[in-house]
Amino acid sequence: MSFSWTRVGAIVHKELRDYRRNRFVIATMAAVPVVFTTLPTIQLIAADTTNKAVSLHIGLSLLYLLVIPVTMPSVVCAYSVVGEREQGTLEPLLSTPVRREEFVIAKALAALAPTLVIAYAVFGIFLAIAALLAHPVILSAIFTGSHVLVQLLFTPLLAGWAIWVGIAVSSRSTDVRVAQQLGVLGSLPPLAIVALMSLNVISESAGLAIAFAAALLVFDLLAWRVVARMFDRERLLVNRRS
Amino acid sequence: MTDMEARHSVPDRTQGGEAAIIVEHLTKRFGDRVAFNDVSFEVGAGEVFGFLGPNGAGKTTTVRTLVTLIAPSTGTATVAGIPLLPENGSAIRSRISLMPESPGLYLRLTVTENLQCFAGLYGLDDVPGRIGRALRAVNLEDRARDLCGSLSKGLRQRVALARALLNDPAVLFLDEPTSGLDPVAIREVHDLIESLRKRGVTIFLTTHRLEEAERLCDRVAILNTTLRMIGRPDELRARLFRRSLDVRLRAPLGDPRTLFGAVSDVEQWEQTSSGYVLTVANPDRAAPVLARALVGAGADILSLGESHHSLEDVYLELIDEDVEAKSR
Ligand SMILES: Nc1ncnc2c1ncn2[C@@H]1O[C@H](COP(=O)(O)OP(=O)(O)OP(=O)(O)O)[C@@H](O)[C@H]1O
Ligand SMILES: [Mg+2]
Repeated sequence: MSFSWTRVGAIVHKELRDYRRNRFVIATMAAVPVVFTTLPTIQLIAADTTNKAVSLHIGLSLLYLLVIPVTMPSVVCAYSVVGEREQGTLEPLLSTPVRREEFVIAKALAALAPTLVIAYAVFGIFLAIAALLAHPVILSAIFTGSHVLVQLLFTPLLAGWAIWVGIAVSSRSTDVRVAQQLGVLGSLPPLAIVALMSLNVISESAGLAIAFAAALLVFDLLAWRVVARMFDRERLLVNRRS
Repeated sequence: MTDMEARHSVPDRTQGGEAAIIVEHLTKRFGDRVAFNDVSFEVGAGEVFGFLGPNGAGKTTTVRTLVTLIAPSTGTATVAGIPLLPENGSAIRSRISLMPESPGLYLRLTVTENLQCFAGLYGLDDVPGRIGRALRAVNLEDRARDLCGSLSKGLRQRVALARALLNDPAVLFLDEPTSGLDPVAIREVHDLIESLRKRGVTIFLTTHRLEEAERLCDRVAILNTTLRMIGRPDELRARLFRRSLDVRLRAPLGDPRTLFGAVSDVEQWEQTSSGYVLTVANPDRAAPVLARALVGAGADILSLGESHHSLEDVYLELIDEDVEAKSR
């Protein structure tokens, strides 16, 4: 039997329904954007407009926004396997025809969808606030250079990394909280590189950003296979401290 | 272990039809621990097959192996006509279904939503129709819109059963379907299994409860790491039912070995605090012969009669032997 998007869809649909009614996930999805729009907005409004500082302030603000696609998937993905195991739902789920590539991509898409919606929405709100309240110098600086491109490009790519790390960690953990913390930790390295670019430590250029984005994209695609490999039914089911 | 148990023999198919499951010399080890060892049996199509054994006997591990959740260490099997091989996992799983020990429902989803998810995973058509039929089969139509988290344990069990019926499985695996239920709920599950049997569904049922296996199953296998016995419940009863005579005497015999050895029906004997217990092939024939021999030897008989072991006694004894065997 070959790869089936029907089966992927069935799990994605179930996951999204489940998240919507999971108070912890909802609270995270609500709290993370609030925190990470407030900080960069204050940063932006309070910023002085002298030439050198402007770019740094914008870089920092946008970096805050990129924390959203890094942290949200970690929180959500931690549930993806550990949560199922804790509920005892893994056994019936894995006894259906679902293949591990399908299982893994379904879990990833189910985490990616809300992350993208929220991250892009927050970026939109951020731009709207900037347009209304920020100094015109700052506003025009946001739209020059590669700031917006970096933001649009790296949101899904960083989320992809965080998702695969989160699922991989989750498949090996026995505790949701531990999985979440390890997941967040493992999601940070690529953000650090983006940070170096945003803060002008590495000179930021569209070319560099695109090269790094391409590398992340390759990683995200390869990770699907690698993480699927890790999803051995027996190990998932049997990996328990009894 | 006595040699009366058929350990490795492949039982004949009862229903005449083709076999739904064929297991040959299957073994599963977790490191040093053996979950089940050298198990062989066949389940006929349409049969309700009971897998009976105490806690830790390897029932769940056997089920998980047959539904391709875990790989056997050695041995071969065919499930729903498909060889149990890693590359056939998805194909086997599409033709069977499993109701695990705990129902494993998504508690934040409604009954219907749970079933929708699995209908999608089986790639079924006419999803509402199938969900309706499955819920009707377990009498749950009126709870379709309830969150699973709000259901009682017995109702959750029924949802899990409905979920396992969705894909019209060629073989339905039920792992302790009544564990932890109250007598009323157990009765309901039994009735459901009974009605599935009438519809010709092949069922592989594990249980540690003897009367459940006796009541529901066409054939029963007794497992305790290895397969101990296999047969129809009445056959097992006859084979398990060791017939014996209890003899109470005023004083112990001087030479019991010679006396009992002379009675041809006596297969085995042992001394107890109050007298002797003799294992015999036919108590009706042995009792008068034995009485004459005892009187002839000058013994004063206080009582002589057949002792009754329930199936359960013997079952427990069988299991006990294994515990001793394991601790050695
Ligand atoms: N993942 C595992 N790792 C190591 N040992 C295991 C594992 N799963 C089961 N076992 C061992 O295999 C043996 C059989 O376990 P299994 O769960 O199959 O028994 P069971 O007959 O289903 O028992 P119960 O009636 O309690 O459900 C036990 O000794 C158990 O400890
Ligand atoms: Mg069990």
